[in-house]
Amino acid sequence: MVQLTLPKNSRMTVGKTWPKPEGASNLRKVQIYRWNPDDGKNPQLDTYFVDMDTCGPMVLDALIKIKNDIDPTLTFRRSCREGICGSCAMNIDGINTLACIYGMDEIKSDIKIYPLPHMPVVKDLIPDLTHFYAQHESIMPWLETKTNRPAKEWKQSIDDRKKLDGLYECVMCACCSTSCPSYWWNGDRYLGPAALLHAYRWIIDSRDEATGERLDELEDPFKLYRCHTIMNCAKTCPKGLNPAKAIAHIKQMMVERTV
Amino acid sequence: MAFLTDRKRAIGLGSAKSGTAHHWHMMVTSVALVGLVPLFIFTFGAILGSSYADVVAYYQRPFPAIVAILTMGIGFLHFSKGVQTLIEDYVHGFARKALIIGMICLSYTAAAVAIFAIVRIAL
Repeated sequence: MVQLTLPKNSRMTVGKTWPKPEGASNLRKVQIYRWNPDDGKNPQLDTYFVDMDTCGPMVLDALIKIKNDIDPTLTFRRSCREGICGSCAMNIDGINTLACIYGMDEIKSDIKIYPLPHMPVVKDLIPDLTHFYAQHESIMPWLETKTNRPAKEWKQSIDDRKKLDGLYECVMCACCSTSCPSYWWNGDRYLGPAALLHAYRWIIDSRDEATGERLDELEDPFKLYRCHTIMNCAKTCPKGLNPAKAIAHIKQMMVERTV
Repeated sequence: MAFLTDRKRAIGLGSAKSGTAHHWHMMVTSVALVGLVPLFIFTFGAILGSSYADVVAYYQRPFPAIVAILTMGIGFLHFSKGVQTLIEDYVHGFARKALIIGMICLSYTAAAVAIFAIVRIAL
């Protein structure tokens, strides 16, 4: 049966409230999920106060400021700070998104930051994405061809290239998959919206010659058909993509080759 | 603890090479029910509250009887496949298989009872 309550060692506790910075008048309250695998304690919600007059506008700016000025033990992933690498995916104000492109002005009340839901936590805001990446690898995210390699390049028409728009932009941040209840309950077998969006990206690539094999691999009650069009993936995607639509297209192709 | 590679864990037992038939079945029965349910409501509603003799006479006519039989039969088939999906979503392990078997028995029995009752009135 699915687990509807958190296990004992994952239940949240009240954490430390860090002192307000001196002389600051424009303060913003930020509450952050903290968990350290080494101290044996339950996760806690720490409270910080950020001086907005000396902080950038994005949530990532606040996190970096907290790490630099208040608490250097705060742990999170970040890299490009412009929504391209997908590293800083986390749950902000109840929404899975990228901290680097989510403005603090979009949040009306206190800023609450948790790691991506329903994933094992490595530390603080860092989820373990090992299985997520392995699932992505399992859909063979590369060009598969049987025809001899052409002398120059694999040609593709402008119209066929356009079919990849809305798919190739995915940065594998895992916001969609970790927002999907089907992925929460059956993530071990269900591939999730991100991997399926990538699968569709290669299925409809005009240059790829493994379309049948790709569909064969996906034809499974769990790998593909756990998607019930809940649409959380499309709602939460920080890049504005629609994985649910890609999954619907895969299902359509499955039906087309049988009926 | 098993020393499995991440890739092996992700692949699991591989593709079952099934699922589309179930998906197509749900679509077909859904489309059928879109037509049948209003027809059933209108035919059943028309005679609701009438005397026993009137209801028996009404369901001896072919149209209301066939609509009712089809609605019950297809409805419970749809129910069976739908609840199977629900159980697969939320229940794991042996309980999943046991509940699916129980649910199939329940659906087929309910369909058989409903159809038998209508046929008995109609004939």
